[in-house]
Parts: sequence; structure tokens; C-alpha cells
Amino acid sequence: MMRLRKTPLVALCTAALLTLSTASFAKGTGYVFVSSEKDNVVTVLDSNKDYAVVKQIETGDRPRHIAFNEDRTKIYAACGEGESIDVIDVEKLEVTDRIEEIEDPEAFDVSSDGKQMYISLEDDGALGIMDLESKEMIAEVEVGEEPEGVLTHPNGKTVFVTSEVANMVHVIDVEKKESIADIVVGKRPRRFALTPDNKTLWVTNELDASVSFIDLESNKVTGSMKFEPKGFRAESITPVGIAITQDGSTAYVGMGRANHVAVIDVAKQEVIDYILVGERAWNVTFNKDESLLFVVNGLSDDVSVIDTKKGKVIKSFPVGRVPYMALIDDQE
Amino acid sequence: MKKCITTAAIVLSLLSAPVWANEESKVFNIGYLSLKKDSRYTKKQLYARFLGQALGRPVAGAKVALKEVKYHGAELGLKFALLEAKAKSSDDLATQLEKLQQGGAQFILTDLPSEALSELAKTHRDKPIAFMNVSAANNDLRSNACQPNLYHLLPSHAMQTDAIAQYLITKKWRNVLHLKGTSQADQHIANSFERSAKRFGIKVKESRGFILSNDPRERDKNNVNLLTRGDFDAIFVSDTKGEFARNLPYQTMKPVLVFGSAGLTASAWHWSWERHGAPQLNKRFEKKAKRAMAAPDWAAWIGVKAIAGAIQDTKSTDFDTLIKHITNPKTVLDSFKGHAANFRTWNRQLRQPLLLHSDTWVVERAPLKGFLHQKNNLDTLGLDEHESKCKRGT
Repeated sequence: MMRLRKTPLVALCTAALLTLSTASFAKGTGYVFVSSEKDNVVTVLDSNKDYAVVKQIETGDRPRHIAFNEDRTKIYAACGEGESIDVIDVEKLEVTDRIEEIEDPEAFDVSSDGKQMYISLEDDGALGIMDLESKEMIAEVEVGEEPEGVLTHPNGKTVFVTSEVANMVHVIDVEKKESIADIVVGKRPRRFALTPDNKTLWVTNELDASVSFIDLESNKVTGSMKFEPKGFRAESITPVGIAITQDGSTAYVGMGRANHVAVIDVAKQEVIDYILVGERAWNVTFNKDESLLFVVNGLSDDVSVIDTKKGKVIKSFPVGRVPYMALIDDQE
Repeated sequence: MKKCITTAAIVLSLLSAPVWANEESKVFNIGYLSLKKDSRYTKKQLYARFLGQALGRPVAGAKVALKEVKYHGAELGLKFALLEAKAKSSDDLATQLEKLQQGGAQFILTDLPSEALSELAKTHRDKPIAFMNVSAANNDLRSNACQPNLYHLLPSHAMQTDAIAQYLITKKWRNVLHLKGTSQADQHIANSFERSAKRFGIKVKESRGFILSNDPRERDKNNVNLLTRGDFDAIFVSDTKGEFARNLPYQTMKPVLVFGSAGLTASAWHWSWERHGAPQLNKRFEKKAKRAMAAPDWAAWIGVKAIAGAIQDTKSTDFDTLIKHITNPKTVLDSFKGHAANFRTWNRQLRQPLLLHSDTWVVERAPLKGFLHQKNNLDTLGLDEHESKCKRGT
């Protein structure tokens, strides 16, 4: 039996969560929240009851990126077609607020003080900076087309955003509201993870089956690594989701169409293992003590749960159609 | 290199609203050559929206791509612009091409019918120009009439008919009636289908010629009911214009499905494609062009992306360096169709997946499951190395 309830907080795959303080209000229900692009719901499952569905929370159309707020009482959900950021109350399990008229939001991150939200606006080719209190978009910073992954630097001064079609990572100065570095990475860059020492930014490149490493002191790419799981042709290896353990030793990357998760020795920058999961392994999320990794499979409409010690899937459970991302509410 | 780059000041007048022009930045011009009058884009033809045909001038695709590559030249302080020229007739093409060259363009997206394109590439075969074909699907251009400076962004008829043949085989609809038109272009598609049928093991049980007419004396050639008599799993129709083919579905003697110029076809693109970032591209296109995106639009779009991508990857504007990169089989081009696209070394055809679609929906993506190739499954579509009469480097 998994005991998600009593384990300590851990970073999820977005760095907003790296900066969370230990909050006092959240319950730590052991619930897993999974956004589903096609069903327009966030499915809630109980990890203490063999992932039984607790509720399907109806959201705006095409919910994708989801993240907790600072004290984990709310979940923000970016609804691309609904053109909104929906706010889910974690206790009530329903949408209690909706920030509207945001054109095609895909991914986002919240500033470390919880005041601003940085949103990739897919249609506008811009990074939106929104004031969360007034719910006003205070600026749109022009970036390459199809911006995707967003990550706030823990120092609060810069935000990173990928552009899928410009093959770039833009480093946005939050105060100046402009890009201060445009870094060419691999083809179709998608998502980020920051090493715990905040020195190196990892970026997944979906189309050339690789991860690029950006040194944040110089804002230069220092290297990259390719993924070559056996039995898959290059075009089927499409890494997107990524997470690094808090001790900085191990990284996990979803291989997309190659239906595996790569386990990487961070120091050596080498793949240690490929773990078989469902179809189109997309975003990956740790539980609190990193004993489990939740892998969302976009084409088999389910979630694989990896036991990180054993290095294999111990459970998979069905969710809504085209699941995108999972969050685990397992904090006291 | 010098030819490619002119200062912004000179060509500023040619640009429609440069995105971030300033006096110091340089402009890399990509040429776009078309005909003022082109029967494929008459009002009447476009209005009909025949299956698999252009929905407007494909230059719109190039314009959408231009915005996508706005950062591709950032490291070189470079911006991209489209230099357009329209010829009054085929005879005027050389003059218009010269104008584009004077503007520094060496990569020319050519939106021309196959005969005109073939002739132009032939007469300029020794020049440092790359013609990038966006709208001619003719197989000969990729085989016996190939030219060393001619690159094909649009899939060939052979790729299209192979994709359809793969689908028919997958469904086990092997017994086919082939209906073909009388024009040379119709015959060309018909030959392409016959090649595909042989390649994948489809039985063309009968071939019948059709004509567009109401003449009662030619009922056996213009009456759909009579033309479709017999027992078949499917009908393949070779009709370039599309007007006859459009009348086939639901009007056949027996309930039988139609493929080719009506019913289900295979294209480089369709507006209903939902995966691999396609909805975003379709939205960008529709915003800009005020219409749906079709195959030639996609071809023009990926042409700009290939050129700008080469500049981003090589950090160079040298023509030979760029050509070498573009034709490198290891080069990765995002097709938005799930497979990385790149050029075949033997005939400079862009290998890519094809979308098998009806009027409103992409039913499948080719190559279909189970069709394997020793090197690249995409090469199960179109003229393979041993088949193409085009020799490497010629």
C-alpha cells in the first residue's frame, strides 16, 4: 500500500514547485489530479484507494498544464481552447474561479512570491505576464512561435520559455519584460528541469530525441545527449516531460512515442535505464519522497506509476482521453 | 554570400511590414516565382474546393513560415523576407527569375505547373540557384526529367498513389476499378496508380476511360452508373481537374468507395490534421490567409523553414554550405506530421508522411503500419532509389 500522505514535499516537474515553502494549510489528501485534453476534465483519483476515481472536475476546454498554488489549496489549469486559466479548489474539488480571455494558454509557471503567472501564449507567439491578484495581463513579451515550456528561475528575476518552432530557449528578464538571451537548442524544444544547484537548465528536444544543457551563468548550451532506446527508429523517440530528483543525481525523461521513460545519471550524463510505460509517455511527476514517478501516457489514456527504487512500473490506471499532466496532493 | 544579403534599406520597400527591421540588420531574401495566370488557381477552380487541390495561392504558406523563422537568423543579425515575382507567361519566367536574382535570392520557391518548371530548371541547371517546387506533383520531374538544382517540397503523384495503395491493401480492398480521364495529366496520374497497384499487389480488374460530357452517344463513357458496373472493392479515379470525380461518390451502380481524385486521397496536408502541432499551424495559417491550409501551402511553408533552418543550424549564408546542409539526410525538418522530413539524395524529393483524407477528415497517415523499408519507412512512398531514373548529383 502506498503511503503518499506521510511523505515529505518534493518538487514536481515544474520548477515553480521547487520554490514552495512548506505550507501549513494543505491537507495532503493523497489525491492524484490528471488533466485530460479531450474530455475537458481534471480527473481526481485516490492513491490510497488503488487509484479509484474520486471525481472528474469539469474545466474549460482542453486543459493541459496544471500546477498548485503556493499553499497548495488551489490548482491552476491552463485551458487552451477554453482560453482561460481555471482555478480548482483542492478541498471542494471544483472550479471556483476562472481567469478568462487568455488566448490559447499552454504551459505556465508562477513566480516564487506567488504574485505573477508567466504563461506561454501559443497563438500569439508571446509569453504573457499576468498579475494574479488583479487577474490582468500586464505584459506580453514577444518570443518565437509556439512557445511551450515555462520555468521561473528561483531568483525570481528571469523566466525561461521554449519556442517549438524557433528551436530556442528565450531568457526573459521579468523586470525589463524582454528577452535578454535567445539560445538555439535542439529541434522542437518542449520542457525544462533545473538542476538543484540552479546552475544548469535541461531542455527536452522533442524532434531530435535529445536533451540540451544550458549553463545559466553564460546562457550558452554546453552540451546535449541523445536518446536511443533499443528497437525504436529515431522519429519515434520524442522526449517531452522531464524531472530531476532533489539530490540532483537522477533525471527522468518521457520518451513520447518510444513508450519508455529514460533514467539518467545526471553527473555522468548517461542513460542508466529505459523503463517501459504506456503509449506516448508525456509529462512525468514525482510524489513527495520521489519513491514514485507518475508518467502520463497521451495515447493510451492512462498513467503509469513507476517505483523509482525498483525501476519499473508497479501500477497503471486509466484516466480521461489524451491525458497531459499529473499532480499529486501528498503534502501534510 | 554577398548575393544573398543586401542591406535592409535597399529591400525595405519590398517587404510587407518587416517584423523587427532596423537599419543595421541584414535581410536574407527568399524568392517566390509564380505565374500571373495559372489555371490551377482560377476563381472557378478554387471556389469548387475539389478534394486534394489548392485552396488558394500557396505563397500564403511561405508568409506564415516567415513569421515562424523570425529568430532563425538572430545569431547572424539576419532577417528573412520573401521576394515575389509573377511572370506574365512561361516566356517571361526567365526575366522574372533574373529580377529575383538581382534582389539576391538564390533559393527560389517555384509555384509553377510541371512543364514550365521543368523547362526553367533545365535552362538554369548550371546556375547557383535552387528551385524549390511547391505545386507540381509530376513524377517525371523526380525521374527522367530531374535536374540537379530542382528540389521537391510537394509529394509526387507516386507518393500519393502509393499511400492510397497501402491503404487499400491494409483494408484488403484489392479488386479495383480504375477510371481515367483523357488528358495527358490524367494519364500521368493513371500511370502512377498502375505503378502503385503493381508495387503493392492491387488487382486493377478493369480500366475504363471517362469523358466529361452529356452526349447520349457516349453514354458508356460519361454515365457514372454505366461506368461503374461490375463487382469491385473500390474505385480509383484519375481526374486532374476533379469535376468528373466529384460526381462519383454515392452515384456508383453498387455501393463502392471511391479513391484518388474524389472520396479518399493522400496529400501533404489537410486542415483537419490534429496531431504534431498541426492545429497550431492551421490556426496561424487561417488567421493570415483567411482560408484553410492545403498541400501546396504546406510545401511553401516547409520550403521557407528548410532554408531558414539551414541558416540557423550552419550559422552561414553561403549557398553551397546551405545546400549541403539541406540535402544532408541527417538534417531534421519538423513536418508537423510526426516524422522528421528530409530530402532523398537520389531525386531531391522531400520524404515525408502523407495524410489520407476525405473532404473533412484525416482517416490515416501513410506510411501505414506494416509497410517497412530497409532504410526509412517513409521511402515506401514514392520513387525509391533503384526506381528513379534521376541519377545522384544530376
